[in-house]
Amino acid sequence: MTELARLSWNPVGDFEQLTEFPFMVNALHAGTIVAVMAGAIGWFMVLRRQTFAGHTLSVIAFPGAAAATLAALPLALGYFGACGLGALVLAAVSGPGRATRSGESAAIGTVQAFGLGLGFLFVNLYSGQLAGLESLLFGTFLGITTGQVTTLLWISLAALFVLMVIGRPLLFASVDAEVAHAAGVPTRALGVIFLLLLGLAVAATAEITGALLVFALLVMPAATAQQITARPGPGLALSVGLALAVTWGGLTIAYFSPYPLGFGLYVAVRLCLSAVRHHPIAVPVGEPV
Amino acid sequence: MFAHEFMRNAFLAGTPVALACGLVGYFVVLRSQVFAGDALSHVAFTGALAAAAAGVDVRLGLFVVTIAVAGGMGLLGERARPDDVVIGSVFAWILGLGALFLSIFISGSSGSNGTAAVRVLFGSILGLSLADACLAAAIAVLACLALVAIARPLLFASVDPEVARGLGVPVRALGLGFFIVAAVVAAEATQAVGALLLLGLLAAPGGAARLLSDNPWRGLGLSGAIGVGSMWAGLTLSYQVPALPASTAVIGVATATFLLAAAFSWLRRRSRQPGSQGIDGGRVELSLGSRS
Repeated sequence: MTELARLSWNPVGDFEQLTEFPFMVNALHAGTIVAVMAGAIGWFMVLRRQTFAGHTLSVIAFPGAAAATLAALPLALGYFGACGLGALVLAAVSGPGRATRSGESAAIGTVQAFGLGLGFLFVNLYSGQLAGLESLLFGTFLGITTGQVTTLLWISLAALFVLMVIGRPLLFASVDAEVAHAAGVPTRALGVIFLLLLGLAVAATAEITGALLVFALLVMPAATAQQITARPGPGLALSVGLALAVTWGGLTIAYFSPYPLGFGLYVAVRLCLSAVRHHPIAVPVGEPV
Repeated sequence: MFAHEFMRNAFLAGTPVALACGLVGYFVVLRSQVFAGDALSHVAFTGALAAAAAGVDVRLGLFVVTIAVAGGMGLLGERARPDDVVIGSVFAWILGLGALFLSIFISGSSGSNGTAAVRVLFGSILGLSLADACLAAAIAVLACLALVAIARPLLFASVDPEVARGLGVPVRALGLGFFIVAAVVAAEATQAVGALLLLGLLAAPGGAARLLSDNPWRGLGLSGAIGVGSMWAGLTLSYQVPALPASTAVIGVATATFLLAAAFSWLRRRSRQPGSQGIDGGRVELSLGSRS
């Protein structure tokens, strides 16, 4: 199949070639949905400096998937279950009782290592072929069904709706937690809800890109957007736009080259970063203690 | 248990590596650089795969790539410490590259080599040869010695960088040096026990020691001891329960220790609440109370 796919100088022809197979159309649909969701939620994640938590959630998706494989349940259930559970654990860990940031990050790191350890245990217990492990970790865009796309669509619509509802107070709480708290914004509840949303986004993305590469979609577009503009509206739009560009670019590269989706994403992200490279950094965001 | 050579090797390599991870981990937690440590372990993964894809000795890739990236991150973090987003971005690059090297490696070699990635990620402490174990132990011991040598100024610089800089402590050089020691430990530990185990051994003992003791020296010792203890208990456990992989067992023990430490410090904080003859908190509250 890859031998047949050749990039020509005719964009229309290329597009037809790209959408020739149903699996590719499904991949493009799913990628688009996931990119919008990851772009928006990732923007808040970067703003709230919860990159480590996001990474931990993405890693936790892996034991979820492994457990689902072991129990012969649908993979999606494993992804969403593990990420939801992980988000709750992280919310409990980063509670108000733990005053220091260092204690919190140690706890997050421990959660992550433990999750990976469990995943390894499940894979060992499964003792099937380990080839599947690679696609759990690094993703595959070939096996996406129409049903999966529909599920993704509903989940991401729900997540974006919740984000829209809590967007304003969340922004306030993220930029200045103490003032927001004093003004009566329920910062703690918002934090928990946001972690759950992040878990959803990570689980949805992990289905497409694999547990380890969620980051490319969650962090890079958002970080780039925040370097270009500090204003929330344009920043969010830019983040979503970049995530879309990265996903489409990545899928195209993956389709026309023998390399996996991860590499395609990587190249797309790299292009997008080098475009920004010489732009002055607009947001030297201080550490919100 | 020690009748088996692989168990002897595992203990021989595991003990110093766990000690080194515990000591480095304490500083990593103290300096709030757990995320950076996590990134290093993934860098090690990519480095190993790059070397495997290029057909060079895996060890070479591990050390060169890890130390180079650690140096880069240390330099980046000169003003503020390497910050969340910087690390996150480095991460995404590194993992993307890792995926590329993995695919080159797998498609380049006949047969299924996907297990190589699994071994790098999850380690194979029970599959070490005697030579590997000795090398791992030697490098880990060297790293421990280097760390102990710079421990005193490094503690100072970690706890209060401003004052330390004012007193002429080379804060930046120390930070860089520490990062490089951490990189060496990460590379060696990835070789011996896997990237996954490495993170658990960095974060859990350090975090537990921080919760248990405010005294940095005692904390440092405690962190090393918890690391070694988790390693021993985990190895024994996985020997007794064959279905349990060694990495999972070690991480499980370390996590349990961390939970116990968290519960302990929570109880202690509760018992120190108003009225009791606590150390700082209690006394301050008492004096405030008498004033009003």
